[in-house]
Amino acid sequence: MSEYIIKNGHVFDPVQGIKGDKKDISIKDGKIVDKVSSSAKVIDARDKTVMAGAVEIHAHIAGPKVNLGRIYRPEDKLFSCTPTHGMERMGGGASIPTTFKTGYEYAKMGYTTAMEAAMPPLFSRHVHEEIRDTPIIDEGAFPVFGNNWFVMEYLKNGEVENTAAYIAWLLRATKGYAVKVVNPGGTEAWHWGLNCLSVNDPVPYFDITPAEIIKGLIEANEYLGLPHSMHIHPNNLGNPGNYTTTLDTLKIAQGMQPKNKFGREQVMHLTHTQFHSYGGDSWGNFESKAKEVMDYINKNKNITVDTGNVTLDETTTMTADGPFEHHLTGLNHLKWANVDVELETAAGVVPYIYSPNISVCAIQWAIGLELALYAKDPMRCFITTDHPNAGPFTRYPRVIKWLMSKKARETQINAFKHKDKVLSQTGIGAMDREISLYEIAAMTRAGPARSLGLTAICGGLKPGMDADVVVYNLNPEKPVGNPDQIETAFSRAAHVFKSGVEVVKDGEIVSSGNKRTLWVNAKVNDNPQVMRDITEKFLKYYSVTQNNYEALGHTFVPNPYALDVDATT
Amino acid sequence: METVTIKMKNVPALYLEADNVSPDIFAGKTATQIADLHVYEGNTTGKLGDYFEVSGNAAATAADTKIVVKGDVTRVKYIGMKMSAGEIVVEGSADQYVGAWMTGGKITVNGNVQAFAATAMRGGELVIEGNAGNYLGAAYRGDWRGMSKGTIHVKGNAGSDIGMYMTGGEMVIDGNVDVHVATHAEGGRVVIKGNAKSKVGGQMVDGNIFIFGTIDIMMPGFKYVDTVEQEVAGVKAKFAHFIGDIGERHKTKKGQVVYGNLYTRV
Repeated sequence: MSEYIIKNGHVFDPVQGIKGDKKDISIKDGKIVDKVSSSAKVIDARDKTVMAGAVEIHAHIAGPKVNLGRIYRPEDKLFSCTPTHGMERMGGGASIPTTFKTGYEYAKMGYTTAMEAAMPPLFSRHVHEEIRDTPIIDEGAFPVFGNNWFVMEYLKNGEVENTAAYIAWLLRATKGYAVKVVNPGGTEAWHWGLNCLSVNDPVPYFDITPAEIIKGLIEANEYLGLPHSMHIHPNNLGNPGNYTTTLDTLKIAQGMQPKNKFGREQVMHLTHTQFHSYGGDSWGNFESKAKEVMDYINKNKNITVDTGNVTLDETTTMTADGPFEHHLTGLNHLKWANVDVELETAAGVVPYIYSPNISVCAIQWAIGLELALYAKDPMRCFITTDHPNAGPFTRYPRVIKWLMSKKARETQINAFKHKDKVLSQTGIGAMDREISLYEIAAMTRAGPARSLGLTAICGGLKPGMDADVVVYNLNPEKPVGNPDQIETAFSRAAHVFKSGVEVVKDGEIVSSGNKRTLWVNAKVNDNPQVMRDITEKFLKYYSVTQNNYEALGHTFVPNPYALDVDATT
Repeated sequence: METVTIKMKNVPALYLEADNVSPDIFAGKTATQIADLHVYEGNTTGKLGDYFEVSGNAAATAADTKIVVKGDVTRVKYIGMKMSAGEIVVEGSADQYVGAWMTGGKITVNGNVQAFAATAMRGGELVIEGNAGNYLGAAYRGDWRGMSKGTIHVKGNAGSDIGMYMTGGEMVIDGNVDVHVATHAEGGRVVIKGNAKSKVGGQMVDGNIFIFGTIDIMMPGFKYVDTVEQEVAGVKAKFAHFIGDIGERHKTKKGQVVYGNLYTRV
């Protein structure tokens, strides 16, 4: 492989504590190195910003639910298609882009790793087919466990070890990366036409509460010592007054300690926090509780969060929170799709327009930004849009602009139809903080990488790490006149290296890279009981046989990167 | 007003996607520049001038530009797409998507048009001297936002699914129409001077449909309320007034439940 040296750029790397100093970054054989030979290709980064490749911790970018959105929203592709050009294959879609467009768009913004946030285990083959067809970026997928029959049956009896053995088996069978929980118990209740709106609502038939599921899955996660923590979308998403449910959920992690060899410091990752930080008891007195939620998170170091910023676009909501999507279609009367996934989960899809002329949407916009602005530790609060739920991931540069510039926020606030309501129901108007480039690097690179247990390979520019390096056309020494310059710079990177291969040059794709699928191979003690339970459930309930369930390496995961975990005793 | 005339000289073997044929795109361009605009035939990109003989320069603005389309354009799609001002006259018949997403200006087609004319139209005027195809003034595939403003006048017949998801504006069909009229409508006005077949106003929650002729099969979701005398499209007549589709959700306005209205001439 070739050598590169990226010269004279302003480097921002929280992993090494580099805050914009002029530094050269050397790349050799796919890794960051101390120095390279004189034959290394020189990239001039003078007056430019250099960061590690960004890490997406939560997005819906592959699998049956995403594809359902693509199928039932042909209008999403209208006027958003790009024909084949240069290295790029044709692509299309605005909120639910095709796999190829997904890979290209992430890469052009400087993202080199992304996590698919909700993989229905039964459809892991489909998820991996789409991951395989998404070029450039390394991807992993989180199988959902929060409404799984095995999990609920084991945890009802307090069987953490069996739960852990089941998780280890399922991660291997589905080539999964982490333990994802969506509306714990609530999606199973949805199979009965019900929901769990608090952590204490019992799940029908299984007679277990969301709190017991959450606690048990954290314990099982730490028993295994997985790279990432339990990753939760809590109960009661999107409803006024739901911040109390959020705090109840967070409190379950109180006193629990991480146990892993990956440098991860949290036991719970709370995702799309914006959707869970609402006050009021109706849409009329809907208000922000971002401060209350973030105050708690600031004080509790064993929690990481991502924001879920509303970007004020027309988008497609999709979640394994089946009952929520039914609720949403009742609110906006747009088309609704619902999928049942047997013993495991469910999903719903509804288009949504976050209109700047609707006060609730404008308040949601403010809450997402407030969360990041209240966060005291950027290594524990990450920028997401819960793509595509609060907005497409292609809007990250705009979210960064809003976070980095008070002026940009004021321009948007003044453009809202119900500006007064936004100012009275949220604290956004009084917030002067402007996030620095160093903090952006923590919120989009070093932080999510540490939360995911990927510190050894990505999120930083330390010698020995994968050479995922981005150069942005932004001079940190020059004051930004027009905040739109920030958005432009982050939209199209000047250079992007993925594992030492230059994949983007001047905002254009120049290579399809060497995409890998990240998964976690967890070893546990032989557990005949769990193996027997799995066999029995397949014989009795599943619509497929066990042999047709597994996402086999050679077909579905052609270029795997396994993180090994040994939990045998 | 400056006139640009484009005359078909090489009829394409496949269908031609000519979304650049619009006063907005032509404005400020010379005949040579217009001939250089791209068109798609299948998966190949060509130039407007490969297919059409272009004469006349456009005015500086769309509003002052008139386009006359001559020759056989029955295989040409998207004429007048997204136009906001100015005028287009098609002397013969055109293919699909004439005036789709148009927001202003006027298009006159002296022959017939195929399906999807005036898709999601947001303003302006479309006059079809002949017949219109299916999905006239309807929403794009999958979308829920049909024609919202502007006027359409079809002097012949129209196909099925016209005015699907219509939210505003007016369409007048002098002849007969096929099945599915103003399905899912949430506003707007559809006037049919001839006959309709069936599924008229299915799932509509707001808006008005007037049928001067007959409806073969009424939707069961419509309820007779009264008989009214009204002047519609220049004709004063008595209409039986139905409301519906009562199987759907309906919003309330000032305490009154809003329904779609279906009027049939008595």
